[in-house]
Amino acid sequence: MTDGTPAAPLLEVCEISVRFGALMALSRVSLEVQPGEVVAIIGPNGAGKTTLINCISGFYHPFEGRIRFAGRDRTHLSPPDVAELGIARTFQNVALFKGMSVLDNIMTGRLLKMRGSFVLEALYVGPAKRQEMEHRAFVERIIDFLEIQAIRKTSAGRLPYGLQKRVELARALAAEPKLLLLDEPMAGMNVEEKEDMCRFILDVNQEFGTTIALIEHDMGVVMDISDRVAVLDYGIKIADGKPDEVRQNPAVIDAYLGVTHS
Amino acid sequence: MSLLYAVFVAPFVDMATAPAFFVEVLLGGVFAGLMYSLVALGFVLIFKASGVFNFAQGVMVLFAALTLVGLMERGAPVPVALVLTVAVMVALAFAIERLVLRPLVNQEHIILFMATIGLNFFLEGFGEMLWGANVKRLDIGVPDESFQVAGVLVNKLELSAAITAALLVAVLAVFFQRTRIGRALRAVADDHEAALSIGIPLKTIWVIVWAVAGIVAIAAGVMWGAKSGVQFSLSLLALKALPVLILGGFESVPGAILGGLIIGVGEKLGEVYWGPLVGGAIENWFAYVLALAFLLFRPQGLFGEKIIERV
Repeated sequence: MTDGTPAAPLLEVCEISVRFGALMALSRVSLEVQPGEVVAIIGPNGAGKTTLINCISGFYHPFEGRIRFAGRDRTHLSPPDVAELGIARTFQNVALFKGMSVLDNIMTGRLLKMRGSFVLEALYVGPAKRQEMEHRAFVERIIDFLEIQAIRKTSAGRLPYGLQKRVELARALAAEPKLLLLDEPMAGMNVEEKEDMCRFILDVNQEFGTTIALIEHDMGVVMDISDRVAVLDYGIKIADGKPDEVRQNPAVIDAYLGVTHS
Repeated sequence: MSLLYAVFVAPFVDMATAPAFFVEVLLGGVFAGLMYSLVALGFVLIFKASGVFNFAQGVMVLFAALTLVGLMERGAPVPVALVLTVAVMVALAFAIERLVLRPLVNQEHIILFMATIGLNFFLEGFGEMLWGANVKRLDIGVPDESFQVAGVLVNKLELSAAITAALLVAVLAVFFQRTRIGRALRAVADDHEAALSIGIPLKTIWVIVWAVAGIVAIAAGVMWGAKSGVQFSLSLLALKALPVLILGGFESVPGAILGGLIIGVGEKLGEVYWGPLVGGAIENWFAYVLALAFLLFRPQGLFGEKIIERV
Protein backbone atom coordinates (compact mmCIF):
# COMPACT_ATOMS: atom_id res chain seq x y z
CA MET A 1 0.00 0.00 0.00
CA THR A 2 1.23 3.48 -0.71
CA ASP A 3 1.26 6.32 1.72
CA GLY A 4 0.80 9.02 -0.87
CA THR A 5 4.43 10.01 -1.37
CA PRO A 6 5.07 9.50 -5.06
CA ALA A 7 8.29 7.55 -5.63
CA ALA A 8 9.48 6.74 -9.13
CA PRO A 9 6.55 4.92 -10.75
CA LEU A 10 7.08 1.22 -11.49
CA LEU A 11 5.03 1.50 -14.65
CA GLU A 12 4.48 4.58 -16.75
CA VAL A 13 2.11 4.46 -19.67
CA CYS A 14 2.43 7.74 -21.57
CA GLU A 15 -0.24 8.77 -24.02
CA ILE A 16 -0.53 5.48 -25.88
CA SER A 17 -2.98 5.00 -28.73
CA VAL A 18 -4.13 1.79 -30.34
CA ARG A 19 -6.25 1.55 -33.44
CA PHE A 20 -8.08 -1.45 -34.89
CA GLY A 21 -9.07 -0.36 -38.37
CA ALA A 22 -11.30 2.65 -37.93
CA LEU A 23 -11.83 2.02 -34.24
CA MET A 24 -9.66 3.89 -31.77
CA ALA A 25 -9.37 1.32 -29.00
CA LEU A 26 -7.20 3.63 -26.92
CA SER A 27 -6.56 7.33 -27.50
CA ARG A 28 -3.66 8.94 -25.68
CA VAL A 29 -4.17 6.98 -22.50
CA SER A 30 -1.72 7.52 -19.68
CA LEU A 31 -1.42 5.55 -16.47
CA GLU A 32 1.13 5.48 -13.72
CA VAL A 33 1.46 2.67 -11.27
CA GLN A 34 3.54 3.24 -8.14
CA PRO A 35 5.46 0.38 -6.56
CA GLY A 36 3.30 -1.52 -4.10
CA GLU A 37 0.00 -0.13 -5.35
CA VAL A 38 -3.19 -1.93 -6.27
CA VAL A 39 -4.65 -0.06 -9.24
CA ALA A 40 -8.00 -0.95 -10.72
CA ILE A 41 -8.86 -0.19 -14.32
CA ILE A 42 -12.60 0.01 -14.80
CA GLY A 43 -14.98 1.05 -17.52
CA PRO A 44 -17.94 -0.17 -19.56
CA ASN A 45 -17.60 -3.02 -22.06
CA GLY A 46 -15.42 -2.10 -25.00
CA ALA A 47 -13.78 0.76 -23.14
CA GLY A 48 -10.29 -0.50 -23.96
CA LYS A 49 -9.34 -2.02 -20.61
CA THR A 50 -8.07 -5.32 -21.98
CA THR A 51 -6.35 -3.49 -24.84
CA LEU A 52 -4.43 -1.47 -22.25
CA ILE A 53 -3.38 -4.63 -20.40
CA ASN A 54 -2.41 -6.22 -23.71
CA CYS A 55 -0.19 -3.23 -24.49
CA ILE A 56 1.52 -3.39 -21.13
CA SER A 57 2.17 -7.11 -21.49
CA GLY A 58 3.44 -6.77 -25.06
CA PHE A 59 0.62 -8.54 -26.92
CA TYR A 60 -0.32 -5.30 -28.68
CA HIS A 61 1.92 -2.41 -29.57
CA PRO A 62 0.59 1.14 -29.51
CA PHE A 63 1.16 3.18 -32.66
CA GLU A 64 2.00 6.19 -30.56
CA GLY A 65 3.03 6.86 -26.98
CA ARG A 66 5.52 5.09 -24.75
CA ILE A 67 5.48 2.54 -22.01
CA ARG A 68 8.21 2.56 -19.39
CA PHE A 69 8.74 -0.13 -16.80
CA ALA A 70 11.11 0.34 -13.86
CA GLY A 71 12.54 3.40 -15.58
CA ARG A 72 13.30 1.70 -18.92
CA ASP A 73 11.43 2.23 -22.15
CA ARG A 74 9.81 -1.01 -23.26
CA THR A 75 7.08 0.05 -25.65
CA HIS A 76 7.94 -2.50 -28.33
CA LEU A 77 8.94 -5.63 -26.44
CA SER A 78 7.36 -9.00 -27.21
CA PRO A 79 5.32 -10.84 -24.57
CA PRO A 80 8.17 -13.20 -23.57
CA ASP A 81 10.53 -10.26 -23.11
CA VAL A 82 7.95 -8.48 -20.99
CA ALA A 83 7.61 -11.61 -18.87
CA GLU A 84 11.36 -11.63 -18.43
CA LEU A 85 11.22 -8.08 -17.04
CA GLY A 86 8.97 -9.29 -14.25
CA ILE A 87 5.46 -8.62 -15.49
CA ALA A 88 3.04 -11.53 -15.16
CA ARG A 89 -0.57 -11.57 -16.22
CA THR A 90 -3.78 -13.55 -16.26
CA PHE A 91 -6.38 -13.57 -19.00
CA GLN A 92 -10.05 -12.68 -19.15
CA ASN A 93 -10.95 -16.10 -20.52
CA VAL A 94 -8.66 -18.26 -18.44
CA ALA A 95 -5.64 -19.37 -20.46
CA LEU A 96 -4.40 -22.46 -18.67
CA PHE A 97 -2.57 -25.45 -20.09
CA LYS A 98 -5.63 -27.63 -19.92
CA GLY A 99 -3.94 -30.94 -20.51
CA MET A 100 -1.41 -30.47 -17.71
CA SER A 101 -1.89 -31.00 -14.01
CA VAL A 102 -2.35 -27.99 -11.76
CA LEU A 103 1.13 -28.53 -10.38
CA ASP A 104 2.69 -28.61 -13.86
CA ASN A 105 0.76 -25.51 -14.84
CA ILE A 106 2.19 -23.61 -11.91
CA MET A 107 5.66 -25.03 -12.56
CA THR A 108 5.58 -23.52 -16.05
CA GLY A 109 5.45 -20.16 -14.29
CA ARG A 110 9.00 -20.89 -13.08
CA LEU A 111 10.40 -21.57 -16.56
CA LEU A 112 12.12 -18.22 -16.76
CA LYS A 113 13.86 -18.86 -13.45
CA MET A 114 15.38 -22.11 -14.58
CA ARG A 115 18.94 -22.24 -15.82
CA GLY A 116 21.53 -24.85 -16.64
CA SER A 117 22.19 -27.73 -18.93
CA PHE A 118 19.49 -29.68 -20.75
CA VAL A 119 21.60 -32.79 -20.62
CA LEU A 120 21.69 -32.64 -16.82
CA GLU A 121 17.96 -31.92 -16.76
CA ALA A 122 17.25 -34.91 -18.94
CA LEU A 123 19.35 -37.15 -16.74
CA TYR A 124 17.86 -35.50 -13.66
CA VAL A 125 21.15 -35.38 -11.77
CA GLY A 126 23.29 -32.87 -9.89
CA PRO A 127 22.40 -29.21 -10.11
CA ALA A 128 19.41 -29.89 -12.34
CA LYS A 129 17.78 -32.08 -9.70
CA ARG A 130 18.51 -29.56 -6.97
CA GLN A 131 17.10 -26.76 -9.12
CA GLU A 132 13.94 -28.69 -9.89
CA MET A 133 13.45 -29.36 -6.18
CA GLU A 134 13.93 -25.72 -5.24
CA HIS A 135 11.39 -24.60 -7.80
CA ARG A 136 9.06 -27.31 -6.68
CA ALA A 137 9.34 -26.11 -3.09
CA PHE A 138 8.53 -22.56 -4.15
CA VAL A 139 5.53 -23.73 -6.12
CA GLU A 140 4.29 -25.72 -3.14
CA ARG A 141 4.39 -22.52 -1.08
CA ILE A 142 2.16 -20.81 -3.63
CA ILE A 143 -0.17 -23.79 -3.66
CA ASP A 144 -0.49 -23.53 0.13
CA PHE A 145 -0.94 -19.80 -0.08
CA LEU A 146 -3.82 -20.06 -2.55
CA GLU A 147 -5.30 -23.07 -0.79
CA ILE A 148 -5.33 -25.38 -3.78
CA GLN A 149 -3.48 -28.35 -2.23
CA ALA A 150 -6.41 -30.66 -2.88
CA ILE A 151 -6.35 -30.22 -6.66
CA ARG A 152 -2.62 -30.18 -7.38
CA LYS A 153 -2.69 -33.43 -9.38
CA THR A 154 -5.94 -32.69 -11.21
CA SER A 155 -5.64 -31.72 -14.84
CA ALA A 156 -6.45 -28.05 -15.18
CA GLY A 157 -9.09 -28.46 -17.87
CA ARG A 158 -11.32 -30.46 -15.52
CA LEU A 159 -11.54 -27.80 -12.85
CA PRO A 160 -14.53 -25.54 -12.35
CA TYR A 161 -14.07 -22.02 -13.64
CA GLY A 162 -13.44 -20.36 -10.29
CA LEU A 163 -10.61 -22.74 -9.47
CA GLN A 164 -9.13 -22.34 -12.95
CA LYS A 165 -8.89 -18.62 -12.30
CA ARG A 166 -7.11 -19.34 -9.05
CA VAL A 167 -4.64 -21.69 -10.74
CA GLU A 168 -3.95 -19.05 -13.35
CA LEU A 169 -3.16 -16.61 -10.56
CA ALA A 170 -0.87 -19.21 -9.02
CA ARG A 171 1.01 -19.61 -12.29
CA ALA A 172 1.47 -15.85 -12.57
CA LEU A 173 2.69 -15.69 -8.96
CA ALA A 174 5.17 -18.50 -9.57
CA ALA A 175 7.13 -16.11 -11.77
CA GLU A 176 7.61 -13.81 -8.74
CA PRO A 177 6.47 -10.81 -10.77
CA LYS A 178 7.19 -7.20 -9.86
CA LEU A 179 3.95 -6.23 -11.55
CA LEU A 180 0.91 -8.47 -11.75
CA LEU A 181 -1.76 -7.75 -14.36
CA LEU A 182 -5.11 -9.37 -13.68
CA ASP A 183 -7.75 -9.23 -16.41
CA GLU A 184 -11.10 -9.64 -14.67
CA PRO A 185 -9.87 -12.02 -11.96
CA MET A 186 -13.38 -12.39 -10.59
CA ALA A 187 -15.47 -12.63 -13.73
CA GLY A 188 -18.00 -15.43 -13.59
CA MET A 189 -17.41 -16.20 -9.93
CA ASN A 190 -19.98 -16.57 -7.19
CA VAL A 191 -19.92 -14.36 -4.12
CA GLU A 192 -17.90 -16.77 -2.05
CA GLU A 193 -15.28 -17.26 -4.75
CA LYS A 194 -15.08 -13.51 -5.22
CA GLU A 195 -14.42 -13.00 -1.54
CA ASP A 196 -11.66 -15.59 -1.63
CA MET A 197 -10.10 -13.99 -4.67
CA CYS A 198 -10.23 -10.52 -3.05
CA ARG A 199 -8.47 -11.88 -0.03
CA PHE A 200 -5.78 -13.53 -2.17
CA ILE A 201 -5.17 -10.36 -4.16
CA LEU A 202 -4.77 -8.28 -1.01
CA ASP A 203 -2.55 -10.94 0.57
CA VAL A 204 -0.33 -11.07 -2.51
CA ASN A 205 -0.02 -7.32 -2.42
CA GLN A 206 0.78 -7.19 1.27
CA GLU A 207 2.87 -10.30 1.80
CA PHE A 208 4.91 -10.31 -1.39
CA GLY A 209 4.75 -6.57 -1.95
CA THR A 210 3.62 -7.25 -5.53
CA THR A 211 2.30 -4.28 -7.44
CA ILE A 212 -1.03 -5.12 -9.02
CA ALA A 213 -3.06 -3.65 -11.85
CA LEU A 214 -6.42 -5.27 -12.37
CA ILE A 215 -9.50 -4.96 -14.50
CA GLU A 216 -12.75 -5.55 -12.70
CA HIS A 217 -16.44 -4.95 -13.24
CA ASP A 218 -17.74 -5.46 -9.73
CA MET A 219 -17.67 -1.93 -8.29
CA GLY A 220 -17.95 -3.15 -4.71
CA VAL A 221 -14.84 -5.25 -5.16
CA VAL A 222 -12.97 -2.43 -6.86
CA MET A 223 -13.73 0.04 -4.10
CA ASP A 224 -12.68 -2.47 -1.44
CA ILE A 225 -9.33 -3.58 -2.72
CA SER A 226 -7.81 -0.83 -4.81
CA ASP A 227 -5.65 2.08 -3.77
CA ARG A 228 -6.43 3.89 -6.95
CA VAL A 229 -8.96 3.56 -9.75
CA ALA A 230 -8.55 4.57 -13.39
CA VAL A 231 -11.68 4.78 -15.51
CA LEU A 232 -11.72 4.22 -19.26
CA ASP A 233 -14.60 4.97 -21.58
CA TYR A 234 -14.47 4.64 -25.37
CA GLY A 235 -10.70 4.39 -25.24
CA ILE A 236 -10.23 7.58 -23.27
CA LYS A 237 -9.26 7.83 -19.63
CA ILE A 238 -11.99 9.87 -18.01
CA ALA A 239 -10.93 9.66 -14.37
CA ASP A 240 -8.06 8.54 -12.18
CA GLY A 241 -7.90 8.82 -8.42
CA LYS A 242 -8.78 7.37 -5.05
CA PRO A 243 -11.84 5.10 -5.11
CA ASP A 244 -14.01 7.59 -3.25
CA GLU A 245 -13.14 10.47 -5.53
CA VAL A 246 -13.76 8.40 -8.61
CA ARG A 247 -17.11 7.21 -7.35
CA GLN A 248 -18.32 10.77 -7.10
CA ASN A 249 -16.90 11.89 -10.42
CA PRO A 250 -19.80 12.98 -12.67
CA ALA A 251 -18.10 11.75 -15.85
CA VAL A 252 -17.77 8.29 -14.33
CA ILE A 253 -21.40 8.24 -13.26
CA ASP A 254 -22.40 9.25 -16.80
CA ALA A 255 -20.30 6.53 -18.36
CA TYR A 256 -21.80 3.90 -16.13
CA LEU A 257 -25.37 5.07 -16.36
CA GLY A 258 -25.13 5.43 -20.12
CA VAL A 259 -25.66 9.14 -20.62
CA THR A 260 -25.44 10.01 -24.30
CA HIS A 261 -22.07 11.22 -25.41
CA SER A 262 -22.05 14.54 -27.15
CA MET B 1 -17.81 -72.74 -45.31
CA SER B 2 -14.57 -73.05 -47.18
CA LEU B 3 -14.41 -69.27 -47.43
CA LEU B 4 -14.92 -68.87 -43.70
CA TYR B 5 -12.27 -71.48 -43.15
CA ALA B 6 -9.88 -69.65 -45.47
CA VAL B 7 -10.44 -66.34 -43.69
CA PHE B 8 -10.67 -67.31 -40.05
CA VAL B 9 -8.79 -70.57 -39.65
CA ALA B 10 -6.29 -71.28 -42.40
CA PRO B 11 -4.07 -68.20 -41.81
CA PHE B 12 -3.69 -69.06 -38.14
CA VAL B 13 -2.91 -72.66 -38.95
CA ASP B 14 -0.21 -71.39 -41.31
CA MET B 15 1.18 -69.15 -38.58
CA ALA B 16 1.30 -71.97 -36.08
CA THR B 17 2.83 -74.51 -38.43
CA ALA B 18 5.68 -72.22 -39.53
CA PRO B 19 6.45 -70.09 -36.45
CA ALA B 20 9.89 -69.01 -37.66
CA PHE B 21 8.42 -67.61 -40.86
CA PHE B 22 5.65 -65.95 -38.86
CA VAL B 23 8.24 -64.21 -36.67
CA GLU B 24 10.11 -63.05 -39.77
CA VAL B 25 6.96 -61.52 -41.21
CA LEU B 26 6.29 -59.93 -37.85
CA LEU B 27 9.79 -58.42 -37.74
CA GLY B 28 9.40 -57.10 -41.26
CA GLY B 29 6.17 -55.46 -40.12
CA VAL B 30 7.83 -53.95 -37.07
CA PHE B 31 10.58 -52.50 -39.25
CA ALA B 32 8.13 -50.95 -41.71
CA GLY B 33 6.03 -49.77 -38.79
CA LEU B 34 8.96 -47.99 -37.17
CA MET B 35 9.56 -46.08 -40.39
CA TYR B 36 5.95 -44.95 -40.44
CA SER B 37 6.25 -44.06 -36.76
CA LEU B 38 9.27 -41.89 -37.38
CA VAL B 39 7.54 -39.93 -40.11
CA ALA B 40 4.37 -39.65 -38.04
CA LEU B 41 6.46 -38.50 -35.09
CA GLY B 42 7.72 -35.57 -37.14
CA PHE B 43 4.10 -34.65 -37.93
CA VAL B 44 3.02 -34.92 -34.30
CA LEU B 45 5.86 -32.79 -32.95
CA ILE B 46 5.11 -29.93 -35.29
CA PHE B 47 1.35 -30.26 -34.96
CA LYS B 48 1.51 -30.25 -31.16
CA ALA B 49 3.75 -27.24 -30.89
CA SER B 50 2.31 -25.03 -33.57
CA GLY B 51 -0.98 -26.50 -34.74
CA VAL B 52 0.52 -26.72 -38.22
CA PHE B 53 -0.17 -29.84 -40.20
CA ASN B 54 3.15 -30.15 -41.97
CA PHE B 55 2.43 -31.63 -45.36
CA ALA B 56 6.15 -31.40 -46.18
CA GLN B 57 7.24 -33.93 -43.56
CA GLY B 58 7.59 -36.66 -46.18
CA VAL B 59 9.67 -34.44 -48.43
CA MET B 60 11.82 -33.50 -45.46
CA VAL B 61 12.65 -37.20 -45.19
CA LEU B 62 13.60 -37.24 -48.87
CA PHE B 63 15.55 -34.01 -48.58
CA ALA B 64 17.49 -35.26 -45.56
CA ALA B 65 18.35 -38.52 -47.31
CA LEU B 66 19.32 -36.70 -50.51
CA THR B 67 21.58 -34.36 -48.58
CA LEU B 68 23.26 -37.21 -46.76
CA VAL B 69 23.84 -39.21 -49.94
CA GLY B 70 24.97 -36.12 -51.81
CA LEU B 71 27.54 -35.31 -49.17
CA MET B 72 28.76 -38.90 -49.10
CA GLU B 73 29.07 -38.98 -52.88
CA ARG B 74 31.32 -35.96 -52.59
CA GLY B 75 33.61 -37.94 -50.35
CA ALA B 76 32.46 -37.11 -46.83
CA PRO B 77 32.75 -40.06 -44.44
CA VAL B 78 29.47 -41.21 -42.86
CA PRO B 79 29.84 -39.44 -39.47
CA VAL B 80 30.88 -36.14 -41.06
CA ALA B 81 28.06 -36.35 -43.60
CA LEU B 82 25.59 -37.09 -40.79
CA VAL B 83 26.71 -34.10 -38.72
CA LEU B 84 26.52 -31.86 -41.79
CA THR B 85 23.05 -33.16 -42.62
CA VAL B 86 21.90 -32.40 -39.09
CA ALA B 87 23.30 -28.89 -39.54
CA VAL B 88 21.42 -28.52 -42.83
CA MET B 89 18.14 -29.64 -41.25
CA VAL B 90 18.59 -27.24 -38.32
CA ALA B 91 19.36 -24.42 -40.76
CA LEU B 92 16.23 -25.41 -42.67
CA ALA B 93 14.21 -25.14 -39.44
CA PHE B 94 15.52 -21.61 -38.89
CA ALA B 95 14.72 -20.68 -42.47
CA ILE B 96 11.19 -22.12 -42.28
CA GLU B 97 10.45 -20.25 -39.05
CA ARG B 98 11.78 -16.99 -40.46
CA LEU B 99 10.41 -17.19 -44.01
CA VAL B 100 7.22 -19.24 -43.69
CA LEU B 101 5.87 -19.34 -40.13
CA ARG B 102 6.69 -15.86 -38.87
CA PRO B 103 5.02 -13.94 -41.71
CA LEU B 104 1.94 -16.16 -41.35
CA VAL B 105 1.62 -16.05 -37.59
CA ASN B 106 -2.00 -15.94 -36.36
CA GLN B 107 -3.33 -16.99 -39.76
CA GLU B 108 -5.92 -19.69 -40.19
CA HIS B 109 -4.69 -23.28 -39.96
CA ILE B 110 -5.68 -23.92 -43.56
CA ILE B 111 -3.37 -21.13 -44.71
CA LEU B 112 -0.43 -22.57 -42.82
CA PHE B 113 -1.31 -25.96 -44.25
CA MET B 114 -1.23 -24.50 -47.76
CA ALA B 115 2.12 -22.94 -46.95
CA THR B 116 3.51 -26.37 -46.06
CA ILE B 117 2.25 -27.71 -49.40
CA GLY B 118 4.29 -24.97 -51.02
CA LEU B 119 7.21 -25.93 -48.85
CA ASN B 120 6.71 -29.50 -49.99
CA PHE B 121 7.15 -28.63 -53.67
CA PHE B 122 9.98 -26.24 -52.97
CA LEU B 123 12.01 -28.77 -50.98
CA GLU B 124 11.42 -31.46 -53.56
CA GLY B 125 12.69 -29.27 -56.38
CA PHE B 126 15.47 -27.74 -54.33
CA GLY B 127 16.72 -31.14 -53.22
CA GLU B 128 16.78 -32.45 -56.77
CA MET B 129 18.44 -29.29 -58.05
CA LEU B 130 21.21 -29.65 -55.48
CA TRP B 131 21.76 -33.37 -55.56
CA GLY B 132 20.20 -34.68 -58.76
CA ALA B 133 17.05 -36.69 -59.37
CA ASN B 134 18.46 -40.14 -60.05
CA VAL B 135 17.96 -43.03 -57.64
CA LYS B 136 20.92 -43.21 -55.27
CA ARG B 137 22.30 -46.01 -53.22
CA LEU B 138 22.84 -45.16 -49.59
CA ASP B 139 25.50 -47.28 -47.91
CA ILE B 140 25.85 -46.51 -44.24
CA GLY B 141 28.24 -49.36 -43.57
CA VAL B 142 25.70 -51.87 -42.27
CA PRO B 143 25.31 -54.71 -44.76
CA ASP B 144 21.84 -55.66 -45.95
CA GLU B 145 22.41 -59.26 -44.85
CA SER B 146 20.61 -61.64 -42.58
CA PHE B 147 21.70 -63.92 -39.79
CA GLN B 148 19.82 -66.65 -38.00
CA VAL B 149 18.61 -66.57 -34.42
CA ALA B 150 16.78 -69.71 -33.32
CA GLY B 151 15.78 -70.47 -36.87
CA VAL B 152 14.54 -66.94 -37.55
CA LEU B 153 16.24 -64.89 -40.24
CA VAL B 154 17.04 -61.41 -38.93
CA ASN B 155 18.19 -58.69 -41.28
CA LYS B 156 21.17 -56.76 -39.88
CA LEU B 157 20.16 -53.51 -41.51
CA GLU B 158 16.59 -53.73 -40.28
CA LEU B 159 17.74 -54.66 -36.80
CA SER B 160 20.13 -51.75 -36.49
CA ALA B 161 17.49 -49.42 -37.94
CA ALA B 162 14.96 -50.61 -35.39
CA ILE B 163 17.41 -50.13 -32.53
CA THR B 164 18.32 -46.64 -33.74
CA ALA B 165 14.67 -45.69 -34.05
CA ALA B 166 13.91 -46.98 -30.57
CA LEU B 167 16.87 -45.07 -29.13
CA LEU B 168 15.85 -41.88 -30.89
CA VAL B 169 12.31 -42.15 -29.60
CA ALA B 170 13.57 -42.81 -26.06
CA VAL B 171 15.90 -39.80 -26.15
CA LEU B 172 13.10 -37.59 -27.46
CA ALA B 173 10.70 -38.84 -24.81
CA VAL B 174 13.17 -38.06 -22.02
CA PHE B 175 13.98 -34.70 -23.56
CA PHE B 176 10.33 -33.67 -23.74
CA GLN B 177 9.36 -35.08 -20.35
CA ARG B 178 12.25 -33.89 -18.25
CA THR B 179 13.78 -30.72 -19.61
CA ARG B 180 12.35 -27.24 -19.34
CA ILE B 181 12.24 -27.08 -23.13
CA GLY B 182 9.95 -30.07 -22.99
CA ARG B 183 7.73 -28.39 -20.45
CA ALA B 184 7.71 -25.24 -22.55
CA LEU B 185 6.81 -27.28 -25.61
CA ARG B 186 3.87 -28.90 -23.89
CA ALA B 187 2.79 -25.46 -22.71
CA VAL B 188 2.95 -24.05 -26.23
CA ALA B 189 1.00 -27.03 -27.53
CA ASP B 190 -1.76 -26.28 -25.05
CA ASP B 191 -2.17 -22.52 -25.29
CA HIS B 192 -0.09 -20.04 -27.29
CA GLU B 193 -1.15 -16.88 -25.48
CA ALA B 194 -0.63 -18.30 -22.04
CA ALA B 195 2.76 -19.65 -23.10
CA LEU B 196 3.81 -16.23 -24.33
CA SER B 197 2.65 -14.58 -21.13
CA ILE B 198 4.88 -16.74 -18.96
CA GLY B 199 7.88 -15.91 -21.10
CA ILE B 200 8.13 -18.76 -23.58
CA PRO B 201 9.40 -17.40 -26.88
CA LEU B 202 7.21 -19.08 -29.50
CA LYS B 203 9.71 -18.52 -32.29
CA THR B 204 12.44 -20.41 -30.47
CA ILE B 205 10.06 -23.27 -29.75
CA TRP B 206 9.07 -23.45 -33.41
CA VAL B 207 12.69 -23.59 -34.50
CA ILE B 208 13.30 -26.35 -31.98
CA VAL B 209 10.36 -28.51 -33.07
CA TRP B 210 11.11 -28.07 -36.77
CA ALA B 211 14.75 -28.91 -36.12
CA VAL B 212 13.78 -32.00 -34.13
CA ALA B 213 11.31 -32.98 -36.87
CA GLY B 214 14.19 -32.52 -39.34
CA ILE B 215 16.44 -34.81 -37.31
CA VAL B 216 13.69 -37.42 -37.08
CA ALA B 217 13.37 -37.06 -40.86
CA ILE B 218 17.08 -37.82 -41.23
CA ALA B 219 16.66 -41.00 -39.21
CA ALA B 220 13.70 -42.09 -41.32
CA GLY B 221 15.45 -41.12 -44.53
CA VAL B 222 18.64 -42.98 -43.71
CA MET B 223 16.85 -46.17 -42.74
CA TRP B 224 14.43 -46.23 -45.62
CA GLY B 225 17.09 -45.05 -48.05
CA ALA B 226 19.54 -47.72 -46.99
CA LYS B 227 16.85 -50.32 -47.55
CA SER B 228 15.39 -49.28 -50.85
CA GLY B 229 17.56 -46.52 -52.27
CA VAL B 230 17.15 -42.78 -52.03
CA GLN B 231 14.53 -41.74 -54.53
CA PHE B 232 11.47 -39.63 -54.97
CA SER B 233 9.13 -42.32 -53.65
CA LEU B 234 10.59 -41.69 -50.16
CA SER B 235 8.42 -38.61 -49.90
CA LEU B 236 5.36 -40.82 -50.38
CA LEU B 237 6.11 -42.26 -46.96
CA ALA B 238 4.25 -39.25 -45.71
CA LEU B 239 1.04 -40.66 -47.15
CA LYS B 240 1.42 -43.78 -45.03
CA ALA B 241 1.96 -41.58 -42.01
CA LEU B 242 -1.55 -40.17 -42.38
CA PRO B 243 -3.38 -43.36 -41.38
CA VAL B 244 -0.82 -43.75 -38.60
CA LEU B 245 -1.81 -40.32 -37.31
CA ILE B 246 -5.48 -41.15 -37.50
CA LEU B 247 -4.85 -44.30 -35.50
CA GLY B 248 -2.58 -42.73 -32.94
CA GLY B 249 -4.14 -39.32 -32.61
CA PHE B 250 -2.58 -36.20 -34.05
CA GLU B 251 -1.24 -34.97 -30.74
CA SER B 252 0.15 -38.09 -29.19
CA VAL B 253 3.78 -39.17 -29.40
CA PRO B 254 3.12 -42.67 -28.01
CA GLY B 255 0.14 -42.82 -30.37
CA ALA B 256 2.37 -42.14 -33.38
CA ILE B 257 4.73 -44.92 -32.37
CA LEU B 258 2.07 -47.49 -31.58
CA GLY B 259 -0.02 -46.50 -34.59
CA GLY B 260 2.99 -47.00 -36.86
CA LEU B 261 3.68 -50.43 -35.42
CA ILE B 262 0.06 -51.53 -35.73
CA ILE B 263 -0.08 -50.49 -39.36
CA GLY B 264 3.33 -51.92 -40.23
CA VAL B 265 2.65 -55.28 -38.62
CA GLY B 266 -0.97 -55.34 -39.76
CA GLU B 267 -0.21 -54.77 -43.42
CA LYS B 268 2.62 -57.30 -43.53
CA LEU B 269 0.56 -60.01 -41.82
CA GLY B 270 -2.42 -59.15 -43.98
CA GLU B 271 -0.37 -59.31 -47.13
CA VAL B 272 1.25 -62.66 -46.36
CA TYR B 273 -1.62 -64.56 -44.75
CA TRP B 274 -4.77 -63.03 -46.17
CA GLY B 275 -3.43 -61.48 -49.35
CA PRO B 276 -3.71 -64.57 -51.57
CA LEU B 277 -7.46 -64.68 -50.84
CA VAL B 278 -8.04 -61.42 -52.66
CA GLY B 279 -5.21 -61.67 -55.11
CA GLY B 280 -2.63 -59.80 -53.01
CA ALA B 281 -1.68 -56.13 -52.73
CA ILE B 282 -3.39 -55.75 -49.36
CA GLU B 283 -0.29 -53.91 -48.20
CA ASN B 284 -1.19 -50.90 -50.29
CA TRP B 285 -4.63 -50.24 -48.90
CA PHE B 286 -4.72 -51.95 -45.52
CA ALA B 287 -3.57 -48.83 -43.65
CA TYR B 288 -6.25 -46.64 -45.20
CA VAL B 289 -9.08 -49.06 -44.53
CA LEU B 290 -7.97 -49.35 -40.93
CA ALA B 291 -7.86 -45.56 -40.70
CA LEU B 292 -11.38 -45.34 -42.11
CA ALA B 293 -12.61 -47.79 -39.50
CA PHE B 294 -10.99 -45.67 -36.82
CA LEU B 295 -12.58 -42.51 -38.16
CA LEU B 296 -15.96 -44.21 -37.84
CA PHE B 297 -15.57 -45.60 -34.36
CA ARG B 298 -12.84 -43.67 -32.59
CA PRO B 299 -12.16 -40.42 -34.45
CA GLN B 300 -9.79 -39.07 -31.81
CA GLY B 301 -7.44 -42.02 -32.29
CA LEU B 302 -5.99 -44.36 -29.71
CA PHE B 303 -4.41 -41.68 -27.56
CA GLY B 304 -5.89 -38.49 -28.92
CA GLU B 305 -7.72 -36.17 -26.63
CA LYS B 306 -11.40 -36.86 -26.66
CA ILE B 307 -13.13 -34.06 -28.44
CA ILE B 308 -15.51 -32.60 -25.91
CA GLU B 309 -16.39 -28.95 -25.95
CA ARG B 310 -17.76 -27.30 -22.89
CA VAL B 311 -20.67 -25.18 -23.96
